[in-house]
Amino acid sequence: MSIEPGKKGVGAMLLKQLDYSVLQQCMHCGMCLPTCPTYVETKRERNSPRGRIALMRAMADGEVPVTRSFADEMYYCLGCLACQTACPAGVNYVELFETSRAEVERSGVQPRGQRDFWRWLTLEVLFMHPRLLRAVGLMLRVYQQTGLQTMVRRLGLPKLIPGKLGSLEPQTPTVAAAFSDDLIDAVESPAERPRYRVALLTGCVQDLVFSQINRDTADVLLANGCEVITPRNQYCCGSLHGHNGAPELARDLARRQLDMFDVDSLDAIITNAGGCGSHLKHYGHLLHHDPVYGPKAAEWDRKVRDIHEWLVEIGIRKPVSAPATVDSTPVEVTYHESCHLCHGQKITSQPRVVLGAIPGLKVKELPESNWCCGSAGIYNITQPEQSAKLLERKLKNLEATGAGVVATSNPGCHMQLAFGLRSKPEAKCHEVTQPVSLLAEAYRREREEGGRQEE
Amino acid sequence: MNSDATPWIAALVNLLGGDAVLSSDEDLVPYSFDGTAALKQRPACVVFPRSTEDVAACVKLAREHGVPVVTRGSGTGLSGGSVPLTECLVLCLVKLDRILEVDPRNLTLRAQCGVITKEIDDAASGHGLFYPPDPGSMKISTIGGNVAENSGGLRGLKYGVTRDYVMGMTVVLPDGEIAWLGNKCVKDVAGYSLKDLFIGSEGTLGIITEVLLKLLPKPAARRTMLAMYDSMEAAAETVSAIIAARIIPCTLEFLDRMTLGCVEDYAKIGLPTDVEALLLMETDGHPAAVEDEANRMMDIARQNGAREVKMAADEAEGARLAAARRNAFSALARVKPTTILEDVTVPRSELAAMVKFINETAAKHRLLIGTFGHMGDGNLHPTFLTNEKDEEEMHRVELALGEIVDKTIAMGGTITGEHGVGLAKKGFLKQQFGKASYDLLKLVKKALDPAGLLNPGKIFD
Ligand SMILES: Cc1cc2nc3c(=O)[nH]c(=O)nc-3n(C[C@H](O)[C@H](O)[C@H](O)COP(=O)(O)OP(=O)(O)OC[C@H]3O[C@@H](n4cnc5c(N)ncnc54)[C@H](O)[C@@H]3O)c2cc1C
Ligand code: SF4
Ligand code: SF4
Repeated sequence: MSIEPGKKGVGAMLLKQLDYSVLQQCMHCGMCLPTCPTYVETKRERNSPRGRIALMRAMADGEVPVTRSFADEMYYCLGCLACQTACPAGVNYVELFETSRAEVERSGVQPRGQRDFWRWLTLEVLFMHPRLLRAVGLMLRVYQQTGLQTMVRRLGLPKLIPGKLGSLEPQTPTVAAAFSDDLIDAVESPAERPRYRVALLTGCVQDLVFSQINRDTADVLLANGCEVITPRNQYCCGSLHGHNGAPELARDLARRQLDMFDVDSLDAIITNAGGCGSHLKHYGHLLHHDPVYGPKAAEWDRKVRDIHEWLVEIGIRKPVSAPATVDSTPVEVTYHESCHLCHGQKITSQPRVVLGAIPGLKVKELPESNWCCGSAGIYNITQPEQSAKLLERKLKNLEATGAGVVATSNPGCHMQLAFGLRSKPEAKCHEVTQPVSLLAEAYRREREEGGRQEE
Repeated sequence: MNSDATPWIAALVNLLGGDAVLSSDEDLVPYSFDGTAALKQRPACVVFPRSTEDVAACVKLAREHGVPVVTRGSGTGLSGGSVPLTECLVLCLVKLDRILEVDPRNLTLRAQCGVITKEIDDAASGHGLFYPPDPGSMKISTIGGNVAENSGGLRGLKYGVTRDYVMGMTVVLPDGEIAWLGNKCVKDVAGYSLKDLFIGSEGTLGIITEVLLKLLPKPAARRTMLAMYDSMEAAAETVSAIIAARIIPCTLEFLDRMTLGCVEDYAKIGLPTDVEALLLMETDGHPAAVEDEANRMMDIARQNGAREVKMAADEAEGARLAAARRNAFSALARVKPTTILEDVTVPRSELAAMVKFINETAAKHRLLIGTFGHMGDGNLHPTFLTNEKDEEEMHRVELALGEIVDKTIAMGGTITGEHGVGLAKKGFLKQQFGKASYDLLKLVKKALDPAGLLNPGKIFD
């Protein structure tokens, strides 16, 4: 069975194939409602987890057909999984969500044409072929660095791009000057005898836009006694495909990813992007019917660790120096939780521990730190209005902390916050970074200052 | 369905605007149930009034067209009160969500009916006050729903239930007239206490659109304790002994082994899972009194066979424990696909016997029953963990339920302590009421709502 774009309306209904008890698990108590950003916005049940699950169940029961309106509903849902954290009954919303989006794609109720083209281009072409993605990244880099972008903007050309896409142009992130493979060697060893041997996942968006964060992650691992293996030209982890109704492609990517790593020889496989991590930890489930890859995927799941989780697990080494500060006043930093790190992976305390370990930082708690910022994969493209509302709410909370720096741990959130802050030059908060980058910088300063101390 | 085809729906759209009227399948399916298991019915449409006047206009329109009206807050009810009827109109009041006034000089708060209960308590808290009724659903249930069900909460033992805090209300009557009942006076004996008639009326007599609530000063101190037992009866005995010792704690909550396991699985706060029963005890008030009561309660727990008694380290830990308890019902859904929650309440002297009876009944019918509840109030929630698709087991659930209800009534108890009768328990109501009182109940409904427009078929046929 295939449910990928271009092969719609074939195969059996996915919601019917789902283990019915997953749907039954929701006892409609409503405890999840106040945590759902879309319900809180509209107060309409169909925009709530309880309502969405009821719709899925009605479809599985054959009471209502899969409609365009249901498709819209499933793309209005952020997939932020706040409901999953809130649900005392233990509803597995992520599975319901991914199956429903896949169902939407299978049944072909969405309009064709432009949407098909963009889905094909992103999901089937760009994010399936890392070299191609990087090539496009390179072109974008040239466009951004040669002054061409400024010229295009001055001429008002973005307005000529049809519909939503034109308004996105200013949101396009700046492509990094070098990609991860240029910055990180295939094998890097710590100064002392390594305590662990770990692999580093470089990601796709992370690699294009935030390759420096990958470098920082490698540095942090080295400083904590880990030998770091970074396979070249890595594939996208497939989370984008999983969350957007293309499970076959997601499985395909998972297999390719598994082929790149010698899982048995590793103590851990490190990811530093919340969204990817949440997906990467479920390869076992994704491939559980696969006789060849199934067992390896299960082993993989056991070893995947978010960087913060890993650092706390092995006992983070506290740096003795502070990251760069202009004067001796501590940098005030606050922490925004990426949905898939806190709700998907339940990693909430560890990034705070990492920040707390850095001297010279004053960590301020962000109100509603685990409320979605509106990035949610490609949500800011598909649902610009709701996304903007969530971003606004997040920026307000950021201002309330009085912190000048916000740390987060997912490329999507990072770009979304940076985009939001760019539009608010008057805001006190002016910098977006990640806990690993701050930590890496502290280690770097420690090396510089340590050198001086020894003299 | 197509709203153009139904004149009354088109009239509603005219009245409130298209945005406030929902009639597509995708919109109606999620309104076909409330928190009650296994009850489901799709309405004809759902409307979102924004003011008392909107509500009145909707009721008048429904009356003209002879369309039944089901009022709904957040749909967390556990007796099917807001489950729709076919071809009915659901009035969803969650958008009447403003707190209108906090009056610290009179210790009152006025709010629209759709305000979430917890937001009421938060608003009071800003003035050093509190709103005591705290149902387990307080984060999501509406104050209107609480008044309509006369909800109780974890603090009910000392502070009473919703009824004890309602000083006045605005009600839209079944003929569409708007009535204001009650006032800010602490004493008021003018005429019949009509507001009391609407408290607990489950949406069958009128639609409450605004409420005036009494607030209390926040207690200066609070202590939370846990007592662990190897037998459920010992926990029940402790409760009886504390009451007999003339101590009125604010909370005496009870969780059995199965419930504890589920709650811990969800909340992961280190609750013991190897004990047969756990009591969550709380006392609040003057610091000296609190200290004294806490110590005496811990002693009584030990004397009545508690294996271990612990005090929460601080307020925050106490709050965490209480919050975990609030999730008991939903957490039980982890065990089996369908959770059917009961609400039987007995005089407190009968608690130990009742708990024992529930366990015996579960064993006799080979059923899983998790029990928790507001033990200090005698209010138990035996919860059947079953699968609605298993007809044979559902039959045994029915038998067991019947026996539990019979026993409750024989003990001088009631079939519902706080969730109301709704659709789920109307079969048992006649059994509990004598003929005269049952007829009186129907007479009141007939007098106020002769056409049977509001929530027909709820409480009685
Ligand atoms: C997890 C969980 C825990 C719970 N814990 C408790 C508890 O500890 N104590 C307790 O008492 N209950 C508890 N309940 C039951 C439920 O939350 C209460 O009955 C609550 O008051 C219902 O409020 P609601 O806004 O959801 O009302 P709904 O469920 O929407 O409606 C309840 C009834 O009130 C009527 N109604 C609603 N609003 C109005 C109005 N403005 N005017 C007239 N009629 C109206 C409806 O027609 C219906 O009959 C719990 C429920 C859940 C799911
Ligand atoms: S909290 Fe869980 S069980 Fe309750 S309504 Fe939400 S998803 Fe369903
Ligand atoms: S994933 Fe987020 S937006 Fe979607 S239902 Fe859950 S809480 Fe709401």
